[in-house]
Amino acid sequence: MILDFDSEQPIYIQLAEAIEDDILKGIMEEDSQIPSTTDMSVALKINPATARKGVNLLVDEGILYKKRGVGMFVTVGARRKVMLKRKARFYESFVVTLLDEAEKLDISHQELVEMIERGLPDE
Amino acid sequence: MKGAYLMSRIEIKGLTKIYGDTVALDNVDLSLEGETIYGLLGRNGAGKTTLLNLLTGKTHPTTGRVTIDGEPVWENDSALGNVFYMTEPNLYPQSLRVRDVLKWTAEFYPDFDVNYADELAQRFGLNTKKKVKELSTGYASIFKAILALASGAKILLFDEPILGMDANHRELLYKEILAHYSEKPKTIVLSTHLIDEIADLLEEVIIIKKGQVILKQTVEDLLASAHTVSGEASKVDSYIQGRKCIAWEQLHNFKSAVIFGSDQDRTLAKSLDLEVHQPELQKLFIGLTNS
Repeated sequence: MILDFDSEQPIYIQLAEAIEDDILKGIMEEDSQIPSTTDMSVALKINPATARKGVNLLVDEGILYKKRGVGMFVTVGARRKVMLKRKARFYESFVVTLLDEAEKLDISHQELVEMIERGLPDE
Repeated sequence: MKGAYLMSRIEIKGLTKIYGDTVALDNVDLSLEGETIYGLLGRNGAGKTTLLNLLTGKTHPTTGRVTIDGEPVWENDSALGNVFYMTEPNLYPQSLRVRDVLKWTAEFYPDFDVNYADELAQRFGLNTKKKVKELSTGYASIFKAILALASGAKILLFDEPILGMDANHRELLYKEILAHYSEKPKTIVLSTHLIDEIADLLEEVIIIKKGQVILKQTVEDLLASAHTVSGEASKVDSYIQGRKCIAWEQLHNFKSAVIFGSDQDRTLAKSLDLEVHQPELQKLFIGLTNS
């Protein structure tokens, strides 16, 4: 789990996204326990309240759940949930930025499409 | 989770300290609610140490008062038994060995945890057979920080805790403070002018300038209340008109400014073709305490 402390996002949102990344990559598996907020706080050197806030964000979205007296777990179906959420944001976060930069550089639509095709693995 | 046991609430009312013709602290009102990690931030000479000295009854206020859980601190051992103050100068008897100071401190603090102190000494590589005067600046800081963490006090005040410590030891100390705090929630005050490294450890900041507390706020709210705008100088200039700008930098035709403003302001700035960013705590601190 890595946080980018130069990012303009508040730390607790970065933490939530880092956990989501780990779920997407399968580092944190569904129905398995994840590190406690204390462990995250110490490992990432962030205030425990910040860590709790980040984790609670995902609990509210049903991506994580608490087992009383045991700890925090990844919900079954969380990976799909995260994926859908990220896909919904993909256009805003990546495509719009890509087009902005392309416009600054006078990259034509044709060139843009060619570059994307070049980047795609052969099917 | 908060309020599980005695809160150790610190109340400061109308606190003023005058040395000769210098007003070191000017009519400060402040309350620290407990179970929080506070950053007491200020430039050199702003009054941080004076405030901590008054909090712990080390010096007498000119006027005003300090209470802990309602009890005045001056000459009150029961109120101060809950407080451990890690001072910047090393005030321990220089000829004593480190392990003897540990034993000696345990006499004063009934909840002092000797095993924990030994564990910490081992983790930091502090040789407890050494005499206090033989410690380097970095190890003197480590030694004092260990006493604070192991003291068992409900209020830990650290004045410039990382003085002379190398990067590895600083990182270890931050982690130990967080682990300790998670296990035994208490009031922790980190007083420092080195903000960058501790910014994310803090829940609340208290900013002190020329003897006055100019701000007490959660880090999250403070950061959310400010933004940096940058872009073409003329555009930035017209945006900052009528807004609270605390700092700016200009390089040729490019200008960047730190502004206090709302989310609507951020949206407006973006629509004006300005880049909007989140300033770091340190940047805000510099802006708020300059001049």
